[in-house]
Amino acid sequence: MKVIDRSDLDALIEELIASDPRDVVGVQEDGEQYVFDHLESADELTLDYDLTALSPKKYVMPQRETLLTYDRTDDEYEMRAEADPTGHIVVGVHPYDLAAIEHLDKIFIDTLQDEPYRRKRENSVLIGVTMQDVADNCFAASMGTATVDSGYDLMVTDLGDTFAVDIGTFEGDRLLESTKTRNATAEEIERVAEIEADLKDGFDRELAFPPAELPTLLEASYDDMDFWEDYAEQCLSCGTCNVVCPTCFCFSVDMVRDLDGDSGRQERRWDGCLLEDFATVAQGENFREEVAQRHRHRFMRKGWYIYERYGDVACVGCGRCTRHCVADVADPCEVYNELREAQHA
Amino acid sequence: MRSAARTHFEHGESEYQPIEGQIVWIDRHTDDDKLFVIDLPDGVSLDHDPGQFVQLFVPGVGEAPFSIASSPTKEGPFELCIRAVGNVTNAIHDLEAGDVVGIRGPYGQGFDIDAIAGQDLLFIAGGIGLAPLRSVINYALDRPAEFGDLTTLYGCTEPAEQLFPGELDEWADSDVMDYRETVDEVPDSQEWDGDTGVITSLIPPLEFDPETTVALVCGPPVMYRFVIKALREKGLADDRIYLSLERNMHCGRGLCGHCQLNELYVCLDGPVFHYPTVRDKEEAEV
Repeated sequence: MKVIDRSDLDALIEELIASDPRDVVGVQEDGEQYVFDHLESADELTLDYDLTALSPKKYVMPQRETLLTYDRTDDEYEMRAEADPTGHIVVGVHPYDLAAIEHLDKIFIDTLQDEPYRRKRENSVLIGVTMQDVADNCFAASMGTATVDSGYDLMVTDLGDTFAVDIGTFEGDRLLESTKTRNATAEEIERVAEIEADLKDGFDRELAFPPAELPTLLEASYDDMDFWEDYAEQCLSCGTCNVVCPTCFCFSVDMVRDLDGDSGRQERRWDGCLLEDFATVAQGENFREEVAQRHRHRFMRKGWYIYERYGDVACVGCGRCTRHCVADVADPCEVYNELREAQHA
Repeated sequence: MRSAARTHFEHGESEYQPIEGQIVWIDRHTDDDKLFVIDLPDGVSLDHDPGQFVQLFVPGVGEAPFSIASSPTKEGPFELCIRAVGNVTNAIHDLEAGDVVGIRGPYGQGFDIDAIAGQDLLFIAGGIGLAPLRSVINYALDRPAEFGDLTTLYGCTEPAEQLFPGELDEWADSDVMDYRETVDEVPDSQEWDGDTGVITSLIPPLEFDPETTVALVCGPPVMYRFVIKALREKGLADDRIYLSLERNMHCGRGLCGHCQLNELYVCLDGPVFHYPTVRDKEEAEV
């Protein structure tokens, strides 16, 4: 573990902004919320925040991106798969968001080899920060994502006048090359461990059982339609819970034509399983027609289906879906706890 | 930065790159259905399994999944039977011979030839469901020695909806396969001297040995439950039934989520499923 003065961390970020070809983005205040956005200077960066509106997933899987372009010349079409390689230096990522990106890496790189994702991911640098503030709806400690020991290039922890810096990758180490750092003392290492341990008591929301039990619980709850209908009654099918989720990765593929009529592209854009037509096929049959079915699908996917395929529970407990749900029916912690209670009643 | 060391695919190689196919022939089957015969560069074969699907990309129009209607035993161009039911498929119907399309795939799990080899095959198709089944019907017709008795049942809503009209006549005359057909109803404007009634009405009169028969079924969603019920009543065990299911794949590669059926992805785990795999899945609707 290294230690860096607060002013030297600022200088490092300024240096990256000035000289790295990649866009440097970080957490900043935007009205009443925090967002990841382009940094003009280190002054704009806020490392003491609770939760950003969207997760940094948007830098490795943008809301819209081109998969394919086509172009016609002399009656000949050229079709070309595209994979935008633009990486970002992302500063201030909380551990649960790092865990979410590691989960997506497993699916998009290790398993299904998605070239557009892989290029952006491998060209990106993630600088994590130990949580200093906890959002009301966050239950990351219950999901084991309040702290992480991988998924970052650098991980910084605020120690007052200094930051402790844990180096996660060779790329992270290289970033520190021209910056003044020193090795951490035993006291500083102990202090980081204390901060991380104390953090786990700072969560108001708590899953009442180990998340490893979720697949079994959900499988047993699948047919409890009264429960799902009760919850879904107020659901607007707006898909906001999907959009703000750091592990949701479903998408639609759309044709975008250029005005010249000869060229255009296929884009993928974020889609959501809560939207009414998500599971509709060509002749109109909708395999998840009822809002309660879609509502249930989201929870099943997070806690059971993805586990069956990838061995991960696909909820990191960030609380974004809870915070942004207009009807206040999206809270996984509440839903999972109530299911558990119903099972044991 | 994430190390590339854990990945096993070539940099720069994208699964989203289609290969160019040229439409070499189009045959209109019904008011809404056309058969497209597509040639790949240098005359290469698609090298698919019966029951697999491709993503067909049409510049300026869009992309959609289609089950392959031809058998891999037929070398050279492959065939897609496409019903005009939406923006993309309507525009595909406007294409002409010579037009170029993009092809990704073949994707998914087709019919398990090893599992059905040596068995009597009972094909049951409803409407456009004949297109995916035709890939395995023709496979069996081309390699009759590999299978036992062959039977095909085909049901449509009305005579004018029948696909592959010329081929159906050949099947009806065939010594190799028992072919039976029905229509739900005959409008006054159409001629028909065959059976009328839903597809399930063809099952009770059939004589087959449930110990040696495998049923391969494809049709509209509403058809599966009734067909399976009729097959069970004939003594056919669930593990002797295979189904090809339709969903709206956008990516074809297990990512986009549109074809998810409970924890299964139809594009990866299907579109052909062994019936016991999906029997208890509510979203399979079978």
